[in-house]
Amino acid sequence: MFAACATPKVIEGLTWAMCYLTSGKHLDFYGSFVTVLLLLAVTAPVAMALGFGGAMAARSQIAPLRWFGKAYTAMVRGVPDIVYFLFFVIALDQGIEYLNHLRVCEDLSQPVFRGLEFHVCAEAKVPPATASPFMFQAYSFGLAVITFAIVFGAFVANVIYGAMQAVPRAQLETAEAYGMSHGQVFRRVLVPQMWTYALPGLTNLWMILIKATPLLFLLSVKDIVYYARELGGTKTQAYDYPHPDWRLYYFLGLLVFYLLMTKLSEIVLTRISNRLSKGQATAAGEAMRKAAI
Amino acid sequence: MSCWETFTDYALRSIGIGAKLLPKTDFTICQQFTLIGSGLIWNVYFGALALLFGFVLANALALARIAHSPWLRKPAEWFVFVFRGSPLFIQFFLAYELLVMLPRTGIELFGLTLTSSWLTKAWAGALIVLFLNTAAYSAEIFYGALRSIPKGDLEAAEAYGITGFAKFRRIQWPTMLRLAWPSYTNEAIFLFQSTTLVFFSGFPALSQQGDALYYANYFADKTFNPFIPYPIVAFYFVLLTLAVIWLFGRINRHLNRHLPQNIRSRIRLRPQLIR
Repeated sequence: MFAACATPKVIEGLTWAMCYLTSGKHLDFYGSFVTVLLLLAVTAPVAMALGFGGAMAARSQIAPLRWFGKAYTAMVRGVPDIVYFLFFVIALDQGIEYLNHLRVCEDLSQPVFRGLEFHVCAEAKVPPATASPFMFQAYSFGLAVITFAIVFGAFVANVIYGAMQAVPRAQLETAEAYGMSHGQVFRRVLVPQMWTYALPGLTNLWMILIKATPLLFLLSVKDIVYYARELGGTKTQAYDYPHPDWRLYYFLGLLVFYLLMTKLSEIVLTRISNRLSKGQATAAGEAMRKAAI
Repeated sequence: MSCWETFTDYALRSIGIGAKLLPKTDFTICQQFTLIGSGLIWNVYFGALALLFGFVLANALALARIAHSPWLRKPAEWFVFVFRGSPLFIQFFLAYELLVMLPRTGIELFGLTLTSSWLTKAWAGALIVLFLNTAAYSAEIFYGALRSIPKGDLEAAEAYGITGFAKFRRIQWPTMLRLAWPSYTNEAIFLFQSTTLVFFSGFPALSQQGDALYYANYFADKTFNPFIPYPIVAFYFVLLTLAVIWLFGRINRHLNRHLPQNIRSRIRLRPQLIR
């Protein structure tokens, strides 16, 4: 990157450190932090939308929709979610490949599931074997985002469903007494009041989502854990920047990154929580009212 | 090969007893059930021991957090923050790298040589991480419970002349346990579920002796079919969760035995997630 770095074997001290930290692989490493933040930025709103939809479905008047909503919210109880992560990614991958198989393959005489095994023809592989490494990365990242969104959507649905139940019944009845329709009660009374009850749960989920991001590594995306292992491993003289096993320091760096993220979120979410409690008929709202007098 | 033969070959495979080689071709449902069930031994081992040791440390940490002296309070707060604020996954990696760095030959201490290589094995290293992790999470629960003990109870104790350690032992601690127990049950379930991360993070599975998820992943990789092994893991974990709920429910009933039926605290299962 810098002219001084052209011959890494002869430089020493600070220059060496600077050159080392700006090597191509390290730039990729910094980029992978963006991958993690991107995952958070995409997953959070999608999971919110899915969760909101799930909670609405679970409260629906139409029985099949209600069953679906209840099943979705109940899905995540009692089973380690890492099982879902591993399961969904392969299941989605195979689902896509299976549809593609039906579309493009010429020889459909062989069943896709032979015994306990799964086979599709070479043309039906997604992404195709000739695709660039970037495409492979993008595809696994896409699968990861969908998986995170589905699993966290179920958690969010649980929280929001509970929060909707927590809004005092009298509020809704009053609104109905004023002649509001179902939709109006929902939009004007239920949803605005629900947030203050949902926020503690959602805060918790956000923290968990942050802490779940290293799972990207299990889904074979080149994330920060991958690079920390790659870069930290012992480098012999064959490399430009030989060094002993530094993985410990790289992982310490990741630990600090996560602790910072947690602290930062804590500060921001406390502010939001205070903002939402203002004027609410809850203990927190009452405490704020008293403090103001 | 009959299912019974498979069972005798693989039922204790995860702890190194039985057939040496894992099945390579022609996988049967029976093999998958047996091997994944065999892996579950490790999950139970990690969960039960970490919970047992973690309980003791969590009590100490909760007391330190509620202490007035900052010398006690601050370290406990930091401990809890570090272990609750970072992914367990990263903690596993970090611990493994840390333990690997210990000298191979052992540490000289007062003329004795302490070997350290056993610490890099999953059975010890991962157990330490899980122990510290669950201690931090449980300490937070116990701390919350300590703070929500009714003021009247403590005042009543003092009015009867129960003070100091006697007050802690006879009033505060039992009440804390009673208040914390429903959340602690959830924490226990949560811990058992996070034992699945052990062989997925830093700690290598030696001679293919892994936990339930390790074998499930083995089958899913070999057969390209996730629809059988993962539901089997899910099935085993639902059973494990039910067992934990039953055991902790018994203890909960014992803790609440002096109270009238209607004000006993009940255990409500709350869905838990990755830590």
